[in-house]
Amino acid sequence: MKRLRVPKPFIFAVAAVFSGFVAGALLMLIIGKNPIVGYAALFRGAVKNPAVSLSAVGQTLIMSAILCLSGLSLAFAGKVGLFNIGAAGQMLIGGFAASVAVYRLPTDCPKALTIAVILVVGAFGGAVWAGVAGVLKARFGINEVVATIMLNWVAFWTVDYFVRNYFPRDAYVKTTSRVLPDAMSLRLQWLEKIFDSRFVNFGLFVAVAMVVLTWFIMNKTVFGFELRAVGANRFAAEYAGIHAGTGTVCAMLIAGALAGLAGVTYYLGYVTSIQVGVLPSYGYDGIAVALVGQNSPGGVAAAALLFGVLRSGKDFMTIETGIMNELADCVIAIIIYFSAAIMLYEKLSAKLTKKRAAAPAAAETGGGKP
Amino acid sequence: MSAIDTFLYLSPMAIGVSMPILAASLGGLFSERSGVVNIGLEGQMLVGAFAASYVSVRLYPAIGAAAFWLSLPVAMAVALLFSALHAVACVSLNANHVISGTAINMLAAAFTVFFSRTVTGSGVIDVRGGIMRYTFPGLSNIPVLGKILFTDTYHTTWLILFLLLASWFMLYKTSFGLGLRSCGENPHAANAAGISVTKYRYVGVLLSGALSGLGGAVYALCFDKGFTGSIYGLGFLALASLIFGRWNPWGILGSTVFFGYASTVANVATVMPAFAKFPTVLLKVFPYVATLLVLVFFSRTSAAPKAAGEAFDKDKH
Repeated sequence: MKRLRVPKPFIFAVAAVFSGFVAGALLMLIIGKNPIVGYAALFRGAVKNPAVSLSAVGQTLIMSAILCLSGLSLAFAGKVGLFNIGAAGQMLIGGFAASVAVYRLPTDCPKALTIAVILVVGAFGGAVWAGVAGVLKARFGINEVVATIMLNWVAFWTVDYFVRNYFPRDAYVKTTSRVLPDAMSLRLQWLEKIFDSRFVNFGLFVAVAMVVLTWFIMNKTVFGFELRAVGANRFAAEYAGIHAGTGTVCAMLIAGALAGLAGVTYYLGYVTSIQVGVLPSYGYDGIAVALVGQNSPGGVAAAALLFGVLRSGKDFMTIETGIMNELADCVIAIIIYFSAAIMLYEKLSAKLTKKRAAAPAAAETGGGKP
Repeated sequence: MSAIDTFLYLSPMAIGVSMPILAASLGGLFSERSGVVNIGLEGQMLVGAFAASYVSVRLYPAIGAAAFWLSLPVAMAVALLFSALHAVACVSLNANHVISGTAINMLAAAFTVFFSRTVTGSGVIDVRGGIMRYTFPGLSNIPVLGKILFTDTYHTTWLILFLLLASWFMLYKTSFGLGLRSCGENPHAANAAGISVTKYRYVGVLLSGALSGLGGAVYALCFDKGFTGSIYGLGFLALASLIFGRWNPWGILGSTVFFGYASTVANVATVMPAFAKFPTVLLKVFPYVATLLVLVFFSRTSAAPKAAGEAFDKDKH
């Protein structure tokens, strides 16, 4: 009998997600709430009543788009064997650079040009920030995890300083940057009409385009093949004539550009100003998205939808059931934890297959001793 | 004010604020020396801050100021238990240390606010009083040193300095320390010498939990006066101190005090005319940039434990 072969990593990803939801259910039980009611409200909150208004669906989609872009950033670096934990800082720098560029634009600038400026400057800002880590890695062998963590905090304080001193909202509120008018952001009127929500913006299309583009680069170009070769075994790649250092820098540049695009979708679309004093949590949630999505663009898109639902439905859950919305963040964190602890499932499945193998063997020998 | 007066004026605050970072950084030292990379220091500190604030508020009506002191060991114990998650993942389940550490940070941020909002109704726990400053009579009159070490200090500062001494002694003067360090440098050799790598790595990570929990608790009770849902990147500053201090207790002391002064100057610059025109952002980013520069300058002779971040499998070589 031929058994259906499901790739193991896929099973592990599903198991990690499942474990996260089970742990979330346990948490709800601990505080005396019914997990079925809680999760039902969470998922209902992500769509609400689409026949009346698409606003909840739009909210879920745009959150998924931001998660998708930051997830793609981690996935792209991941394919080349790099862990881009700095997506949050790159988002912040990309969003900040694009905001500064837009402040300089004339107010009658055509919308298409505004959008182009935002995307180009945002991607460029993120790319430069990540590129620093890439160069440090390629030239000095500095671990990209350490470098991007440090760069996250440099971004945090740099943006904090410039927003407070040069671009505050007004004379009183200095912790938020000057608010951009909708016309000068990624927001589009016709999208607002369809989804009955101002949050939905051009970033949605950027995310879809980037899923296709990263898939194409990774799987259909020589450049992508070389990058994957560096990720698989940098010494073998070097031996084959691929310059691993250049590959590392290129991968970080692209990963940073993707994070920068996530940044503009968030800071110049979903909201229209930058709040200082926090690194965008989307940058860290991108880790969960890339892990569950197995670093493949399609997988990342699917995982982003799942986490988008979690993020967008959580406030509704709080209103309906009184379960604090941090529960959704707990579930995401636990999914990351279990994705790291993949050995747990490896050990479990080894035990299961051993049992399965042992059972027929015992049956064949008749189960009795001579 | 002359430069030396300014320095002396800032010292109590700078020394005070560097101590929680020092505690967490020592925790990171134990973990990384045993071979487990721990970027979850931030989360462990946050859990410590939460536990200390919660216990303080709960016990204060019954036992008064003793509640603050009792909350410190409780915070250490809770953070130690929390760090066990990281230990299980990294040591027993061969997890990627960085991913597990990230999960620890995110879990801490979500869990603490979740529980704080569930039990108190808000994401913030206010502690009235907290740990108070103390000026040593007599000793504080010693020129310069009296002002730096004995004026407006916290008792927890001496506790943490004692732990620094104890950590140095444990790591470099005992067989336990030799064993722990060998697990971070060459776990296979350690294993061949009959040392249980698993046991030592567990101890290393759990100590990091207890120490960073203490750091978080001290910060909450001395400076924040409670739990606010964030520890403001102090855990990552501790990580930077660990690297800048080149994985060595005395180097860590130097780097945390250095960073403590930098952040204090940045914080008071707005109200001190001497610094009015100074771009404080340079002081804020200084620890992180300095850490990267140290890594660049010493890129040929890395001080990091050689096997830090590597899973240990007895059967593989």
